[in-house]
Amino acid sequence: MPAPDAHLILPADLIACHECDLLQTEPQLAPGETARCVRCGAFLARNPPDSLDRSLALTLAAAILYLIANIHPLVGLEMQGRRVEVTLFEAVQILWKSGVEPVAALVFITALLFPVLELLMFLLVLLPLRLGRVSPRLATFFRLVRSVQPWGMMEVFLLGMLVSLVKLSHLATVVLGTAFWATAALIVVLTLAARAFDTRLLWQAPLPGPAR
Amino acid sequence: MSCHVCGQLAAQPEGRAHGLRCPRCGAPMHMRKPASLSTTWALIAAAVLLYIPANLLPMMVTASLLGSQQDTIMSGVVFLWQSGSWPLAAVVFFASVMVPLLKILALIYLVISVQRRSRHNLIQRTRLYRLVEFVGRWSMLDIYVITILVALVQFQGLATIQAGPAAVAFGAVVVLTMFAAMSFDPRLIWDPLTDPASPRLPHD
Repeated sequence: MPAPDAHLILPADLIACHECDLLQTEPQLAPGETARCVRCGAFLARNPPDSLDRSLALTLAAAILYLIANIHPLVGLEMQGRRVEVTLFEAVQILWKSGVEPVAALVFITALLFPVLELLMFLLVLLPLRLGRVSPRLATFFRLVRSVQPWGMMEVFLLGMLVSLVKLSHLATVVLGTAFWATAALIVVLTLAARAFDTRLLWQAPLPGPAR
Repeated sequence: MSCHVCGQLAAQPEGRAHGLRCPRCGAPMHMRKPASLSTTWALIAAAVLLYIPANLLPMMVTASLLGSQQDTIMSGVVFLWQSGSWPLAAVVFFASVMVPLLKILALIYLVISVQRRSRHNLIQRTRLYRLVEFVGRWSMLDIYVITILVALVQFQGLATIQAGPAAVAFGAVVVLTMFAAMSFDPRLIWDPLTDPASPRLPHD
């Protein structure tokens, strides 16, 4: 592997657009402002106010919501006095046993595993940053967070749930479980947390000393 | 060249193009995503093949006392439409039929226009790519619908619902097109602008 100093490091305020590769200087952003590429309009950077505190608080809230969403039943059916309720994990198990293992695995990964991985790794990145301990290992973790992100599809799952409930509504009374609402809240909170985090903090934090 | 992960810029060392790492975050570095076009082509081809069984085979098999019924994606949409919930029918039709199809067509158009080194509609094509990346995940909708239906109806004595063979094919189409979109490098769209100056481009 080549030594890092094999690269010539260019001025720090010069950035390349990740979608069209145009070189441009990075503007100074006031809190709440967003920078976009001058040529193709791609999102470049955002300067969210109180980035670390807000994203940490929101991520912790999301972790609690995730627990609620997976312990409590998602949906239930009431028919002839009988009531059936399932949690998300039970739904995946039933799907697995009914013989479509690849589909069950896909649902498990996108609706259960990757959201929780994303949450945990995000916390693992945020906590040391907040405590002012920046280590090179953080970068590796954050790379993992980014590669997991597109595969967590809880918002799609929620819409899918609504569609299936409409399909069932003529057969039986549908009862939305606690987990349904927890999932809905989780999606909102997680989106806000990701928006509040300024990725530049990770790369631009001075190595020694606290971030704030 | 710039790092995909942290955006750090670095000059490419003379004569070396492989095995470079970002000086700041340690991620592998390259001018463009390696073998972007051929990877995208391969994934699109696989997705096109699987799109056919995904739409023709039954997605859902409902068995009840009255007999069994097989539903494809389209007949599921028709059912929703006829039962009066036409907004949902439109959502499902869009997410499971139109999005995968349009996504495949859009990616084919992007790859071909890059290979022909087109200089037209640069901004529109970049926007198209962004749209493809954003909208792809919503095709998973039908997979989740099946999950809930199978899980809930299994318990009832009167009928059972099973996922059909199309569910596997459809899930594969969604995953393959997502990978195809990820392997396409939007910066290739803009590369023809610098053609005369740099004739050697990372072509596959």
